[in-house]
Amino acid sequence: MDYSQFLMMPQEIGLLLVFLLVFVYDTFMPSRSQRFLPYFTAILFCVFMFLSFIPPQMGDAFGGMFEANPASWMMKNMLNVGVFIVLLQAIKWSNEDFVSVRRGEFYELLLLTLFGMYLMMSARHFLLFVIGLETASLPIAALTAFEKRYYESHEAAAKYIFTAIFSSAIFMLGVSFVYGLAGSLYFNDIAAAVLGQGSSVLLVAALAFVIAGLGYKLSLVPFHQWTPDVYQGAPTAVTSYLSVISKGAAAFAFMVILVQAFGAAYAQVWQWMLYVVIILTITIGNLFAIRQRNMKRFLAYSSISQAGYIMLGVIAASTVGMASMMYYILVYIFSNLAAFGVIAAIERQSGKVTIDDYNGLFRTNPWMAFTMMLAMFSLGGIPPFAGFFSKFFIFVGAAQTGSVAIYVLVFIALVNTIISLYYYLLVVKAMFIRQDDCAIPYIDSHWTEELAMTMCVLAIVAVGLASGIYTFLSQVTDSVSHIFAHI
Amino acid sequence: MEIFSNILIYFVIVPLLTLLGLALCSNRGIAAVRAVAVTGATALVGLAGWLVYMFLQARGAGDTSEMILRTDVTWYAPLNIKLALGVDGVSVVMIVLSAFIVFAGVFASWKMNPLPKQFFLWFYLLSTGVFGFFISIDLFTMFMFYEVALIPMYLLIGVWGSGNKNYSAMKLTLMLMGGSAFLMLGIIGIYFHSSANGQLTMNILEIARNNAIPHDWQLWLFPLTFIGFGVLGAMFPFHTWSPDGHASAPTAVSMLHAGVLMKLGGYGCFRIAIYLMPFAANELGWIFLTLTGISIVYGAFSACVQTDLKYINAYSSVSHCGMVLFAILMFNTTAMTGAVLQMLSHGLMTALFFALIGMIYGRTHTRDIRDMGGMMQIMPYLGVGYVLAGLASLGLPGLSGFVAEMTIFVGAFEHADTFRRVLTIAATCSIVITAVYILRVVGKLLFGAVQNERHRELTDATWEERLSTATLIICVAIIGCFPNFFVNIISDSFLPIVKALTQAV
Repeated sequence: MDYSQFLMMPQEIGLLLVFLLVFVYDTFMPSRSQRFLPYFTAILFCVFMFLSFIPPQMGDAFGGMFEANPASWMMKNMLNVGVFIVLLQAIKWSNEDFVSVRRGEFYELLLLTLFGMYLMMSARHFLLFVIGLETASLPIAALTAFEKRYYESHEAAAKYIFTAIFSSAIFMLGVSFVYGLAGSLYFNDIAAAVLGQGSSVLLVAALAFVIAGLGYKLSLVPFHQWTPDVYQGAPTAVTSYLSVISKGAAAFAFMVILVQAFGAAYAQVWQWMLYVVIILTITIGNLFAIRQRNMKRFLAYSSISQAGYIMLGVIAASTVGMASMMYYILVYIFSNLAAFGVIAAIERQSGKVTIDDYNGLFRTNPWMAFTMMLAMFSLGGIPPFAGFFSKFFIFVGAAQTGSVAIYVLVFIALVNTIISLYYYLLVVKAMFIRQDDCAIPYIDSHWTEELAMTMCVLAIVAVGLASGIYTFLSQVTDSVSHIFAHI
Repeated sequence: MEIFSNILIYFVIVPLLTLLGLALCSNRGIAAVRAVAVTGATALVGLAGWLVYMFLQARGAGDTSEMILRTDVTWYAPLNIKLALGVDGVSVVMIVLSAFIVFAGVFASWKMNPLPKQFFLWFYLLSTGVFGFFISIDLFTMFMFYEVALIPMYLLIGVWGSGNKNYSAMKLTLMLMGGSAFLMLGIIGIYFHSSANGQLTMNILEIARNNAIPHDWQLWLFPLTFIGFGVLGAMFPFHTWSPDGHASAPTAVSMLHAGVLMKLGGYGCFRIAIYLMPFAANELGWIFLTLTGISIVYGAFSACVQTDLKYINAYSSVSHCGMVLFAILMFNTTAMTGAVLQMLSHGLMTALFFALIGMIYGRTHTRDIRDMGGMMQIMPYLGVGYVLAGLASLGLPGLSGFVAEMTIFVGAFEHADTFRRVLTIAATCSIVITAVYILRVVGKLLFGAVQNERHRELTDATWEERLSTATLIICVAIIGCFPNFFVNIISDSFLPIVKALTQAV
C-alpha cells in the first residue's frame, strides 16, 4: 500500500491528532488540571483550524474512494470555524458540576462526529460514505443524553438514536438497490452505469430511499419530526452543534451524491422530488415556528425551514448553486450560533428559555439583545447583514436553471421569507419593545462566551459586505466542475 | 480608491459616520447625541447643495449623458454586481429633498424620549438606506439599500410609537417586506434576461441599452416590480399599511417615511419597472393606471371622514402618492416631470404636516379634531404653519402643490384617448375633495371656539420647532415660486424613458 496517499487527507489526520491529544489529556492528567481540558481543546482546535487553511494536495486516494478537492477542503474549514465557536460556547457549561465529571467524553465524541462528517464530504464511494455517516450520527445520541439529570435529555437521545438508525437503514436499502443496478458503489461508476440503462423503477425507488435517508439527517419535511424534541432536550451546546455543523456537512454531502452519482439520467427525477420536499420543508418549518414559545424549539423549526433554503442550492445542480449553498451554510453557521450563544448564556445563568422570558431584555442586557437581534435579522435576510446576501445568492443560484417551475419555487421561498421575518421579529419585539418588571437580570457571561458572540457578530456584519468570500467560494466551486460532469 | 473621489458616496458615508458618532455617545446625556445628529444632518444638506451645484455645472458644460458622476466599483464579481453610482436630475432633486427632511426631522425629534441615542441610530440607518437607494444604479445595490431603509421602521414605530404601535409596526414591516419579495423575484428575473448573449449585468443603464428582456418575460416581471415598489408607493389596494403605520409612528419617522420613503416607491416604478420593461409597461399600464386612479379618489374620500389628524394626513398621502404613480403611468415628459414635482411637493408638505401634528400632539396629548379648537389663538405659529401646509396641499398657486398638480393634469390631458381622459377628470376631482378635508380640519382645529379650557395654557413653538417647520415652509414656497429651476433639472431625465416607451410599442 502506498502510504503517501494519507497525505491527501491532512485535515482528517490533524483532527484525529487533536482527538488523541484531548484523549490523552483526559486520561492521564491529574484531576486538578481537568478543568482546563475545555481550554486545552479549544486552543488545540484553534491551532488546527488555522493550519488546515493551508491548501492540501488535491486528488484521489485509495482507489478513488476518497477525493480531496478545493470545495470539500473549504467546506471543512468553514465547519471548523463553527466548531471552534461551539467549543468556546461550551467551555463554561462543561465545567459546571453536573457535567464536569464526563466533560472529556463530550469533547472526544464531538471531535469524532466531526471526523465522520469530514469523511462524508470527501467520500466518493458509498461504503466510505456510510462509515462517515455512522461515525457522525451515533455519538451525537450520547451527546444529546449528556444532561443526565433531565428527563427531556434522555427522551431526546432515545428519539435521536431511533431516527438515526432508521434513516441509516433506509439509506442503505437505497444504496443496495443502486449496487444491484450499477454493480458498483463508486459515485462515478454509478453515474456511468445508470446512463446506459434508461428508466428504471428500482432506481427511482433507490433515489427516493437515499433522499429520505439523508432527509432525516437534514430534517427535511416530512422527515423532520424528531428535530424539535431533540433540539429542546439536548444540552444547548449540542443543539447548536447539531443545527449548524451536522446540517451543513450533510447538505454538502447530499449535493455531491445527487449530482455526481445520480446526475446522469435522473437529474429530472430527483430535482422534482426535491422540489416538493423543499416547498414542504420551508413552509411547514415556518408555520410551526410561529407558534413556538420555547426558544430552542423555535430555532428548531426555524432551522428546518433554513434547511429548505439550503436545498435550493442543491436543486440548482450547478457550480453557482454549490457556491451559493456553501455561502449560505457559512452565514447560517454564524447567525444560528449567535442566537444559540445568547440562549445558552441566558439558560446557564437564569434557566429561562421561553420567548416571554426575553421581554425587556434590552434594558437589562443590551449587548445580548443586540447580538440576538443581529442573529434574527440575519436569519430573516435583512440587509446589510450577511443573511440578506446569502438568501439573494441562493435564489440567484436556483433561478439560474431558468425554468418557470424554479421561478415559482423561488417565489414560494420568498413568500416564506416574509413569514419567517414575522416570527424572527417576535423575538426582537420581546427584547426591545415589550416591557417586563422582572426581566432577566444582568447576565454575567463568561469571557469565552463573549468571545464566541463577538466572533459571530463581526461575521454577521462583515461576511456579507466583504465580497471576497463569495468570490473565493465561486472560484473554489468552479474548480470542482468535474462533479457536475454528468448533469 | 477612485470611489472616494465621487461626491455621491459621501451621501452614504456621512450617515454612517453619524451612526458611528452616535454609537460612541454616552447613554445618559442628550446634548452630545443632539450635537452629532445635527452635525450629520447639516453636513447632508451641505452636500446636497454642493451636488446641485456640480450637477448644474456638468449640464451647463454640455454633458448630456444620461447619468453623471458615474463610478463603478466591482463588488461581487461572479454575478457582476457593482457598486455603480450615478445620478440624473430626478435623483438629484430626490437627494436634496431627503437631506432637507432629515434636517427637519432631527429638529422635530429634539426632545425624543426615551432612549434618544438609539432613536437617532435607527433614524440615521434609515436615511443611509434612502440616500444609498437614490445614488445607486445597480439593481442589487439599489435593492439592498431599499431594504436597509425598511427595517428600522419596525423598531422606530415599535419602541417610540404611540397608539396601536405593535400591530402597526408589524403590519407595515410585513407588507413592505412582502412588496420587496415581489421585487426580489423581479430583479432576479431581470438579471437573467439582462443581456441576449453577453455578460449578464445588474446595471440599469446597460440593461436598458441591451433591451434584451423577452416580451413574454416582461409581462411577468413588470407587474412583479411595479407591485413591489407600488406597495411602498401606497398604491391601492396595497396601501393599508400606510394609515396605521403613519398614525403610530413618532413624528420624525412619519416625516421621513411619508416624505421620502414613499417616494422610493414612485422612483423605483419608473426607474426600474417602466424603464427596463417598456413593452410590458405599454401593455399593462392601464391596469395600474386604474389602480392609481382609485388610490387618488379613495384616499381623498377616506381623509374626509377621519377624525384623527394623523389618519387624515396619512390618507391624504395615499391620495397624493397615488397622483405620483398616476402621472408616471401617463408616459409623457410633462406628466412625469409633474410626478417628480409632486414627489417633492408632497414630501415637503406632508413632512410639514406630520411635524406640526407631532408638535400639537405633544402639547394637547390628543390628535382627535373633535377635542380641539381655536388653536390659532393659542399657538399662532403652529397654526399659521398648518394653514400654509394645508394650502399647499390643496394646490394654492405660489406653493408647491399647485405647480405639481397643474403639470400632472396638463400632461395627463395630452393623451387623446377616452380612458385616460376619464381617469384624469376623476383624478382632478380629488383636488376638490382635498379642499374639503383640508378646510374642514383647518376650520375645526385652528378656528372656532376653544374646546378644552386647559388648552389655553399651552405654549407656542419652541426655537427648534420653529427651525424645523420654517425649513420646510421655505422649501415649499421656493418650489411654488421658482418651479422652472426644478423643471430644468428634472425634465431631461425622462427623455430616455419616454424614448424607450415609444420604441417598444
